[in-house]
Amino acid sequence: MIYLQLFLSYLKIGFFGFGGGYAMLSLIQNEMVTRHGWMTETELADIVAVSQMTPGPIAINCATYVGYTVTGTVWGSILTTLAVSLPPLTLMVLITIFFTKLKNNTYMQGAMKWMRPMICGMIGAAALLFVNGSTFIDWKSYLIFAACATAAWFKVDSILLICLSAVAGILLYL
Amino acid sequence: MKILLQLFWAFFKIGAFTFGSGYAMIPMIEKEVVDRRKWFEKDDFYDQFALASSAPGPFALNTAVFVGYKLKGWWGALFAVMGAVLPSFLIILLIAIYLTGFRGNRYVEAAFKGIRPAVIALIAVPFINMLKRLPWYFMVLGCAVAAVICYLGVSPIWFILAGAITGILVTFFEKPR
Repeated sequence: MIYLQLFLSYLKIGFFGFGGGYAMLSLIQNEMVTRHGWMTETELADIVAVSQMTPGPIAINCATYVGYTVTGTVWGSILTTLAVSLPPLTLMVLITIFFTKLKNNTYMQGAMKWMRPMICGMIGAAALLFVNGSTFIDWKSYLIFAACATAAWFKVDSILLICLSAVAGILLYL
Repeated sequence: MKILLQLFWAFFKIGAFTFGSGYAMIPMIEKEVVDRRKWFEKDDFYDQFALASSAPGPFALNTAVFVGYKLKGWWGALFAVMGAVLPSFLIILLIAIYLTGFRGNRYVEAAFKGIRPAVIALIAVPFINMLKRLPWYFMVLGCAVAAVICYLGVSPIWFILAGAITGILVTFFEKPR
C-alpha cells in the first residue's frame, strides 16, 4: 500500500513540478512531511544537502533517497524515480510534437506569466518550512545562515558552501 | 541502435558530472548535444530549451526527452531519460543505504548541524533573486503564497492551477476582438 501511495505522491510532484528543483521542494515537503509524515523536515533538509553535493538533478536525487528511506527497499527507490520520470516522458513528448503551435500561443504565455509568482512563492515556502527549532538550534546556526546567505548572494559555489558549513559544524558543535 | 546508445551515453555523462540544479547542466548539455554530436542547431536547441524549462518535472529530464524524441522518437526519449537518471539513482541509492549507518556518528551529526542552516540560505537566495525580478503586485502575491503554503499547509498544486487559470482568463479578456 505504501508503494502505491509513494508512487502517486511522486507522480503528483512530477506533474505539478513547475519551476525547477527548489520549487518542487515545496511539493515534496507538502506530500512527504505535511500530508503523509513519512519524514521530518530535518531529514528532508539533510537529503537536500546530500543532493546538492552529489551529481544529478535534485528532484531525482530526492526521489531515490525518499523511496529508499520510506520503504527500506531498493524497490521503493526504483518506484519513486520512475514516478518522477513519467511526466517528462509523457507531457514533454507532447510538447515536443506540438512545439511550433505552443511556442507562440498567447494563452500559454499568459498562464506562464501568472504561474511565475506562484513558483516564486513555492521556493519561498520551501525555505520557510525548513526554519524551525531543529535546523536553527542556537545563535551559531544564525551565524552560519547569515554567512552562507551573503556568500550565495555573491554567487559563491553551493557545493563549496555546503562543504565549508560542514567544517563549521564540526568545529562549532563537536 | 547506435544512436540510441549514443543518446544513453551522452545523457549518462551529463547526469554523472553535473551538480546542483538542472540549470547547472545547460553548458554541459549544449556542449554534448550541439557542439560534439551536432544533433541540434544552436538556435533550435535554445528555443526547445525554453519550452523544456517551462514544462513540469525535472528539467534535465525534459531536455533529455526532447533531444531523444527528436532523434529517435519514443525509444530515443526513453534511452536519453534512462541515461540521465541512472547516475543519480545509483549514487543516491548507495548513500541512502550507507548514510543511515552514519546517523549516530557524532562527527556526521555535528557536520549536519552546520549544513542545515546553509541549505536554507541556499534556497532563500534564489527566492529573493526571483522575487526581485517580479513587478510589485507579483512580489506581494509571491510572499503571500509562500506564507499560505508554509503556515496553513495548503498544497502548492492549488496555486499552480490557480496561476495557470488566472493567466488564461486574463489573456482571454485582454484579447482585442
